[in-house]
Formats: sequence, C-alpha cells, structure tokens
Amino acid sequence: MMVQAFSQGPATDSSGYKPKKLKLDEINLVSSYYDQTANKSAVMGGRTDYKGNGDVTDFANGLDVTFIGWDHKQRKNTLSVGLGIDHHTAASQAYVDSNGTSKNDGTRIYPTLSWSRENELKGTSFGLGAYYSAENNYYYSVGLNASVSKKNKSNGEFSLKMVGYFDQIKMIYPTEFIPVTKTPPADTTLHYITTASGGSELVSSTGTVVSKTRGPEIPSRPRNTITGSLSFTQIINQRMQGSVELDMVYQSGYLGLPFHRVFYNTGKDTIESLPSQRFKLPIGFRLNYFLGDNIILRSYYRFYADSWGLVSHTFNLELPVKITPFFSISPFYRFYIQTAARYFAPYAVHTEQEQYFTSNYALAAFNSSLFGAGVRLAPPRGIFASSLRILELRYGHYSQTTDLNANIISLNLVFR
Amino acid sequence: MIWFTLQKTFTLTKLDMKNYFLIRCCITAFAGLGISSCAHVKEYQKSRINDSEMSLSSRHVEKNELNAETYREGSSGANGGKTGGGCGCN
Repeated sequence: MMVQAFSQGPATDSSGYKPKKLKLDEINLVSSYYDQTANKSAVMGGRTDYKGNGDVTDFANGLDVTFIGWDHKQRKNTLSVGLGIDHHTAASQAYVDSNGTSKNDGTRIYPTLSWSRENELKGTSFGLGAYYSAENNYYYSVGLNASVSKKNKSNGEFSLKMVGYFDQIKMIYPTEFIPVTKTPPADTTLHYITTASGGSELVSSTGTVVSKTRGPEIPSRPRNTITGSLSFTQIINQRMQGSVELDMVYQSGYLGLPFHRVFYNTGKDTIESLPSQRFKLPIGFRLNYFLGDNIILRSYYRFYADSWGLVSHTFNLELPVKITPFFSISPFYRFYIQTAARYFAPYAVHTEQEQYFTSNYALAAFNSSLFGAGVRLAPPRGIFASSLRILELRYGHYSQTTDLNANIISLNLVFR
Repeated sequence: MIWFTLQKTFTLTKLDMKNYFLIRCCITAFAGLGISSCAHVKEYQKSRINDSEMSLSSRHVEKNELNAETYREGSSGANGGKTGGGCGCN
C-alpha cells in the first residue's frame, strides 16, 4: 500500500490534454448602406454647379468565417477567411468623360485571409494576413501584414504590427486629355467620343451609341503604403481600461488620382499633381469606463499630422446603456476637425506656376460631425434559440462643412 | 531611419513646430502609459472589464463607417481602420 501511494506522481494540467483540429467558430456578416449628397466633386475640380455633383450610394457586404483549433503545445490557432463585395453609384464618376456619359457605377471585391497563433500560457501571439482588393477599371491592391503581441503580468499588452499595401492605379484620364484619333464619320448626324477607358464610341445626335471600339491597354502606376503600428493596452482598475496606438505610415508612388481635375485661375483645366511621398503620423487614445452597473463610457481621441501639412483632431464618445445584460442601446457622437493640406485650393484658384495642386475637398480645411445610435442584442443561447448569437444595428448621420452629408446604416450578424 | 525620414519629409513651419511638440508629448504619454504600473486586477475581478461593450477596439458594425471616413477625410490610422491602400475613387 505504501509503495502504491509513493508510485502516484502529481497530476499535471496537461495530462489529459488533446489537441483539437480547426473547427468552425464564428461566421460574421456586416452589411451597410451608405448614401451621400455632396457637391464640389474632385473629378470636376471642386466645381459647385451640377457638374460638381458628388452624390454617392454604396452597398457593402463583408463575410468573415473564423476557425479555431489547439495544437499539441496548447497554442490556439485562428484562421479567418473573408470576402467583401461593394456595389456603388457615383455621380462624379460619370464626368470622367467630359460629356458626363461615363459609367457611374462599379463593384469592388476584396477577399482576405489571416492566421494567428496564441500561446495563452506565455501570453504571446503571432499573426499573418493577406488582402486583395480590386475595382474594375480603376485599381487593384494587395496587402500583407504581420503582428506580434505580448501580455505582461500587470494586465498590459504590447503589440507590434507591420502592414504593407501595394496598389496599382489605372491611369484613366479625363477624356479631354485623350486625343481623338478617329477621322469624322461621313454621316454628319454621328460623331466620335473618347471614353474614359481610352476607347471610342460612335454616337448619334440623340446620344445613342451606334458602335464601340475598345482602346489600348491602360497603363498603371504603383502606390505603396507601409505602416508600422505600436499599441499598448492596459487594465487600469476593475472598471477602467485604456489603450494607446501609434501608427507610422509611409506612402510612395502615385498618390493622386488621374481623373481628378484641377481648374487654374485662367479657366484652363489639368490633372491634380501631388508629391510622390507622404509620411503620416496618427496617434490614438482609448479609455473605456464602466459607470455603475448599466452604463459604459467609450471614449477615443486621435491626433494626426502628415508631411503635406494636414493636421487633424478626432474626438469620439459613445455611451452604451445596458437595458438588460444582453441588450444595449449605444448613442454616439464623433467630432473631427482638420487643416488643409498645403497643396489644396478650391475651384479656379490654383495658378499655372504651382508644382503641386489639388482641389480634392478631402484635403481641404473643414470639420465634420457624426452622430447616431446602435443597438446590440446578444442573448447567451442565441436569438430565438438559434445559431444567431449577436445582432447589431447602427445608424449614423455624417455632415461636413464642405456641404457633404451622408447617412449610413449597418447590420452585423454573428453566427456560432 | 524612421526619424531621418520624418525630418526629411516634414518641412517645419511655425504651425508644424507646434504639431512637432504635440507629437513628442503624445509619444511621451505613450511611453509613460507603457511603463506605469496600475492596480493589479485579478481574473475574478474582471467581469466588467471583460464585458463586450468594454472592448478596446472599433466594433465590427463600424467597419464600413470607418472606411467611408478614411476616404472623405484627409487623415487615417490609429483607429483599427485602414491607413492606406485602395482607391477611394468615388
């Protein structure tokens, strides 16, 4: 009996551990509808008449499927596969063709793939990701990222992430900059127009397209974005936690868009010209506080400066109120203010002596506000006892002092 | 290398000098938060901290909202959204 008692070694935590293969954990669907009214479109160089119409609608859908498994060293492996499809209409896109007859809609497709390995015992994790995005005719983009993180003993976590985006911008110029090479047709009721994609169309006096000719392959130019991101999160006490995130972004290549016009003060138009390098330095702070038992304060501030002279401040406040432990309503408000980039001037203000110029109002001085509310439903056994575990609906109204107004409504469904 | 790129690409005007000071303050605050020690919170005391509404990141449902802001405004980054890439053509 004594021998039996001494022969029993102490039981270890991992004695009964068995690795688990990757298994479906979560399906996440986000759908949004965005509706914008604006004038001063960048395609028409900030014109304020009907030709500067900047109205946009966008219907965006993203699906992410996540698989989780544990390997023989008790490390958690997470694999995520995503696919996004957006369809938009944009009034300004029609004016890439100076007659306003370009196609004014398009579809963007963006698949993603990411993998991460987390060692819960050591508090470390490592991840890799890839991203691809393409919009017919305009561009394609490839993204790669790698990240590492480490938790410390005092409830803090430090993360480092590197991201690279490698874009190719199709050099689609406004049609007045593409020479018409066709000789005029014999029928005087018909005439040739050049399309934004470099082809030509034979058009009748009523605007009917009689025939189309494809243009040559449109050349493209690269745009690279490299981002180094440092973040630190810290639990401050039982009710409060905060984080700091610093991004260092370096962009190079063709940083304008070839179909953005600029009108000189002489009335003559040209294409926007911007430097081939840009360094951005945003730093963001988050602080979340659990007030009492039902109210949470989510706050965010970002300071941003870049090498084009643009400086901005972003303030965001959200106040989720828990009506029940599984149902909350979250009103939010965001205020944003920026100075103009040193290359920006409105319609017909730039002079021909300037080296760099743009009339894109995203680079103008303005402030904007976004307000709205969201609801979140997450009962522990699912909604109506189904595999739908979380439902989130959010509406926001966005307005800029540049006369841009937008509404966005988003739905997030999580299935487990 | 990064600092050299910063110095090379930033032309420091009076306004930029003020921003340069702000950037240094932010970086100091970042380092300060990193080295400061906070009250130790045990696992069983984290019921409020672990609440999904307390997450220190943007919500999934905000994804397209952040995307729209990135292309309508001149600044981006430090918010979990994109820092570049893509067109923002429309």
